[in-house]
Amino acid sequence: MGRWAKPAEGSWTQHHPQLGTRPISFDDCVSPEFFALEREAIFRRAWLNVGRVEQLPRVGSFFTKNIEIVPASLVVVRGTDGEVRAFHNVCRHRGNLLVWDENPRAETSGVCRQFVCKYHGWRYGTDGSLRFIQQEDEFFDIDKDALELAPVHCDVWNGFVFVNLDREPRESLREFLGPMITALDDYPFDRLTEHYDFVAHNNSNWKLFADAFQEYYHVPSLHPQQILPASARPTATIEGAHYQIDGPHRLVSTGGARRWTMPPEHMYPIERATRSGLIGPWETPDLGPLPAGLNPGGVEPWGITNFQIFPNLEVLIYGGWYLLYRYWPTSPGSHRFEATLAFHPARTVRERVEHEVAAVMFKEFALQDAGMLGGTQAALETRAVPDFPLNDQEILVRHFHAEVAAWVERYERESRGTFA
Amino acid sequence: MTPMLPAAFAELEPFAPRWCLATEAQRWQERHSCTMAELRNFYDACFPRLEEAIEYCDQFPLDALPDDVTNLLRLIHSVVMVSMAVEVFGQVKTAGAADAVLHRVREPVP
Repeated sequence: MGRWAKPAEGSWTQHHPQLGTRPISFDDCVSPEFFALEREAIFRRAWLNVGRVEQLPRVGSFFTKNIEIVPASLVVVRGTDGEVRAFHNVCRHRGNLLVWDENPRAETSGVCRQFVCKYHGWRYGTDGSLRFIQQEDEFFDIDKDALELAPVHCDVWNGFVFVNLDREPRESLREFLGPMITALDDYPFDRLTEHYDFVAHNNSNWKLFADAFQEYYHVPSLHPQQILPASARPTATIEGAHYQIDGPHRLVSTGGARRWTMPPEHMYPIERATRSGLIGPWETPDLGPLPAGLNPGGVEPWGITNFQIFPNLEVLIYGGWYLLYRYWPTSPGSHRFEATLAFHPARTVRERVEHEVAAVMFKEFALQDAGMLGGTQAALETRAVPDFPLNDQEILVRHFHAEVAAWVERYERESRGTFA
Repeated sequence: MTPMLPAAFAELEPFAPRWCLATEAQRWQERHSCTMAELRNFYDACFPRLEEAIEYCDQFPLDALPDDVTNLLRLIHSVVMVSMAVEVFGQVKTAGAADAVLHRVREPVP
């Protein structure tokens, strides 16, 4: 028996009968055909988080974003009216990439009053309008109004900037996020503006990294250093305290004694000296009343809630700070991983050091996940084993792959309908 | 030569040129260019004075640290980096990281 109550059906998985309990295939992580379907069915249809409003602090602030699988290069910009808009980063004249520095494949950011194409000097306003054509009278029947930057659907939820590459999104951003995620409407993400940003190329399918961060069953085996000898018990089990699924999104909350309330031998000396560690600073400023949606299972004592927002965004909210991951597919067997740790702005050196310790320990353990996943990808590519068992603590892995499959099936069904 | 660190931390001065580094990328690289003996030597000298060093820095506002205090904070950040090798893994490199990389591309200053 575990220490956290499971639903009446006896398991979290059986509480969602549509998921089944059978072994699942991971062919969706190696098949080039499936990858091509994900492009159309998911990355050209779902709302995708490309950044935070803190990256656009002023009028004219912009950043570019690559979505390799589509492929798309976007420029996201705050206009003179304060609105955040997104455009394809493509000059309407000869198709040159509009905003970039030295490397056309590298993302960039900055502040500007207008965008000027490097090639022939065409200029665009931050609202996407074409403002200037060099030697305009040499062109034939040119209509400047019809040559604005190609717009991309863009909306902001609680400071998270989302885009949608569909011609017409099937649902609004709020509808897409649904009640479980919008229950965080009042979470003060806007006060957690001290960001540590990480990026990595990883040799695994984008879903495999998400899988590693949506179950804790792997922790004792893959991250043995997280558990000091004093805390290690052979009978110890890893259990999520509360699992929840809403549409394509999912969450897990953890609970239990906070690390720093344990005797000192359960911590590393650096954690004791700095009063911080893998799970962040021991004390964080009071953020005021927090929304009930942060801990929808009412877990006590509450630890973390890990929100998996379909398709490729993860937000882990700790006490007073959060971690954010994005997984951008670059090929069936690789993706670009982005991570951000977000804290309140440090007011003292002590607070800065607390944040540094959390950021340093995060990297060490994320590298263990990242290093192992190349092995998962290599093995799955052999296609030697058709399916794999998942336990109840891996319910979110099961749901994620089922949801990806459902989006692909819906796309295929609709495509057949079009040509029938 | 002008000391890099506040006089109260003069005995750590020999480590300052190597370890007062502004970015995580530099500290990561420095850790991985060292032997375990070098890392332990640095850690053993600095760790006992870590809490005192944090308190010393906190006499000054974070956005207006004098140069020698900024250097002390950078040294503290290096102790954090090196503690991963000394305390957590007992080796220079993250255990199990295989060929994976993870680059910190933006961070607060200082």
